[in-house]
Amino acid sequence: MKIDESLPLEYSTEENRLKILGFWIFLGAEIALFSTLFAVYFALENRFGTGPSAQEIFHMPPVMIETILLLTSSFTIGLGIHAMRLGLKKAMMTFFVITLVLGLGFLGVEIYEFVTYVNEGATIQTSAFLSSLMTLLGTHGLHVTFGLFWGTSILLQVRKRGLTPQTANKSFIFSLYWHFLDVVWIFIFSFVYLKGLMVL
Amino acid sequence: MESHEQQFLILNEPMIVGAMISIVVGALSILLGLTYFKKWGYLWREWITTVDHKKIGVMYILVALVMLFRGGVDALLMRGQTAMPENGLLDAQHYNEIFTTHGVIMILFMAMPFIIGLINVVTPLQIGARDVAFPRLNSVSFWLFAAGAGLFNISFIIGGSPDAGWSAYFPLASLEFSPTVGNNYYSLSLQIAGLGTLMTGINFVVTILKMRAPGMTLMKMPMFTWSVLITNVIIVFAFPVLTVALALMTMDRQFGTKFFAMQDGGMDMLWANLFWVWGHPEVYIVILPAFGIFSEIISTFARKNLYGYKSMVVSMVAISLLSFVVWAHHFYTMGHGVMVNSIFSITTMAIAVPTGVKIFNWLLTLHKGKISFTTPMLYSLAFIPIFTIGGVTGVMLAMASADYQYHNTMFLVAHFHYVLIPGTVFAVIAGFHFWFPKVFGFRLNEKLGKLAFWFITISFNVAFFPLFILGLNGMTRRMYTYSESTGYGPLNMLSFIGAVGLGIGFIILVYNLYWSIRYSPRDETGDPWDARSLEWATHSPVPVYNFARVPKIKELDAFWFAKKNNQPLSDGPYEPIHMPSNSGMPFLMSGAFFAAGFCAVFSWWIPAIVFTIAIFVFMALRSFEQDHGYYISVEEIERTERELGGDKE
Repeated sequence: MKIDESLPLEYSTEENRLKILGFWIFLGAEIALFSTLFAVYFALENRFGTGPSAQEIFHMPPVMIETILLLTSSFTIGLGIHAMRLGLKKAMMTFFVITLVLGLGFLGVEIYEFVTYVNEGATIQTSAFLSSLMTLLGTHGLHVTFGLFWGTSILLQVRKRGLTPQTANKSFIFSLYWHFLDVVWIFIFSFVYLKGLMVL
Repeated sequence: MESHEQQFLILNEPMIVGAMISIVVGALSILLGLTYFKKWGYLWREWITTVDHKKIGVMYILVALVMLFRGGVDALLMRGQTAMPENGLLDAQHYNEIFTTHGVIMILFMAMPFIIGLINVVTPLQIGARDVAFPRLNSVSFWLFAAGAGLFNISFIIGGSPDAGWSAYFPLASLEFSPTVGNNYYSLSLQIAGLGTLMTGINFVVTILKMRAPGMTLMKMPMFTWSVLITNVIIVFAFPVLTVALALMTMDRQFGTKFFAMQDGGMDMLWANLFWVWGHPEVYIVILPAFGIFSEIISTFARKNLYGYKSMVVSMVAISLLSFVVWAHHFYTMGHGVMVNSIFSITTMAIAVPTGVKIFNWLLTLHKGKISFTTPMLYSLAFIPIFTIGGVTGVMLAMASADYQYHNTMFLVAHFHYVLIPGTVFAVIAGFHFWFPKVFGFRLNEKLGKLAFWFITISFNVAFFPLFILGLNGMTRRMYTYSESTGYGPLNMLSFIGAVGLGIGFIILVYNLYWSIRYSPRDETGDPWDARSLEWATHSPVPVYNFARVPKIKELDAFWFAKKNNQPLSDGPYEPIHMPSNSGMPFLMSGAFFAAGFCAVFSWWIPAIVFTIAIFVFMALRSFEQDHGYYISVEEIERTERELGGDKE
């Protein structure tokens, strides 16, 4: 395997470069996936039948907490990749752990939010609006959940094997994924919650 | 009808029981044969665990041929049922199931895998690469497709087939109107196969963008490779829409959500929109590689370079963009208003322009060429006029106001068969004949090939041309029977005769395969057609590493000019070649997908969750695995090259 020293570790082999491009293209597919879910949501957001409307169920405080947690985690994983490029394994691992903890916090609040909705009688079966809302949020939440497991397994590999072209590559790709989830959340925050709470 | 609803094994239809028995007997004899001839180890080592793009391609095509048989039997049953007025071969429910499975299987489990199989075999060779970018992922793609195909196909004996058409429109496909598990099979099996297709899409985009031989710029790529690149970009952006649509279908049917419901704010037309936002690009996913195949074959057997290379590329890109903005033409009559219908009419008709450009390019490539009428060339030549009929009737259907006259009639059925059969089916058969010697080292028999060609081409027209007239006379599609007074009888009988002829044509084609395996002379040259692109520059059958030395490219059709100018494509000593190692994990993981899907079909959630966890365990194992592949030594390359008849380049 040829290692190109002039490039950052995660780009240093041919295989690594292929994987990063492949992952970008995968993110392109993910954009198509979430766009479809958003389109479904926009088509159905005012079709709440006899169930509650967006204004009746959205509460800002938990959403704000989720937003702050996830945005901060995007920042900390950026710091983690920066540390990785400097070759600081320990700092990198610390930032990754912080990222995952923040992600876990996000997930906890989101679960709390869902439980609240269900307790208020707003379930996924109540109306088309709620079906589309919970599917959109749930898909994002499942991505975060998957990310928690994935990130943990990468952390274990970095701890065991150190910063090699392989582990650096995996960590970098994971960071792309995590940033992407953050971008999706920004759209959810703006076009689902803020729009839903707007009084027209 | 009632009896179909609650059964696990379908035992009330003699035809299905017969099929069930023959499947069991067939499977048992294969298992016994493998044991008797001690081939289990060979099967596991050489095929099931392989990551070699050529073998994966061959497996795709093998499954596609089996599916062609299944879909073909469905087609014959349909034409048989409608051959005479008030025929009693099938009842209404059975007829619904058969036209549904015919559509799904032919598009998703025959046309797609046949095309993806050819893409797998040919693309890395055409760009001078050793394999695809992600060989292990490629194996995952294949096995997910196989799991999806398997899951879909068992539906007719276990639980009942889907019966709401291949487009599965709501509310017909909802739990209320399709109460059997059939449409659960539909949503889950397509979901699994679709994931595999998405991975194929990513894999080939990266392969083509990053792994071309030195000197091969994008505009020096063979036309088939161009078509593959564009197709896979479409896959990447279209398949996620299907993923979402199918997930919503599963949730509506099995978790009581209200996306497409008739009450609580649901919107049944949303399904039609989502389905066709994927479905129309899907049409181009199966037709663009076909255009690529025809381009290669026409230029090879006209002994000319392809006319209008750049305009070919531009028109394919234009088609791919337009393919995403025409979806509503599938349901003009659902009532989305004049404005929307007008816009979609115009975008749809616009597609005829780049397609027309391609037709003229092929004709001008033929102009003054030294044409040799081989079997693949015959299919390509027949494609041009027949496909044009399909295209012109397509423009007729594109006009929204006119479409109200023949929407969902047999006219439509005739149109899309006139596009998909000469387009996709002729292309994959032509490509099959064309590249067969590359993979197996001998050609298929030309005489039998041509006989099959004439049977297929003539019978195709006999089978489908009458449907244009029937459609204009008012016969709607998906009608399981009709009264004699309609006067539809004679033309339907003619169509049935054509369908039987098509069946005979395919039997000759398969017989040709058998005959050629036994008797066809071996090809020593590696270039039996005197062709133009890089795949012909190496040995046939292709060694595992494809090229002993990576070729260096200076122009389009580099191999052709290397032959004419007697210049080698590469020089220098051999170097050790890095290759990916085999793995059984994709196969096992797809087994978990199959099991999870099967349990989910019947809403057995606990085992379904257990198998889903197994899928993630496989992913974790892969993440922790350290696999750096292996090297083929210089001595081994020298030995292989000697055995295959000396250095090729």
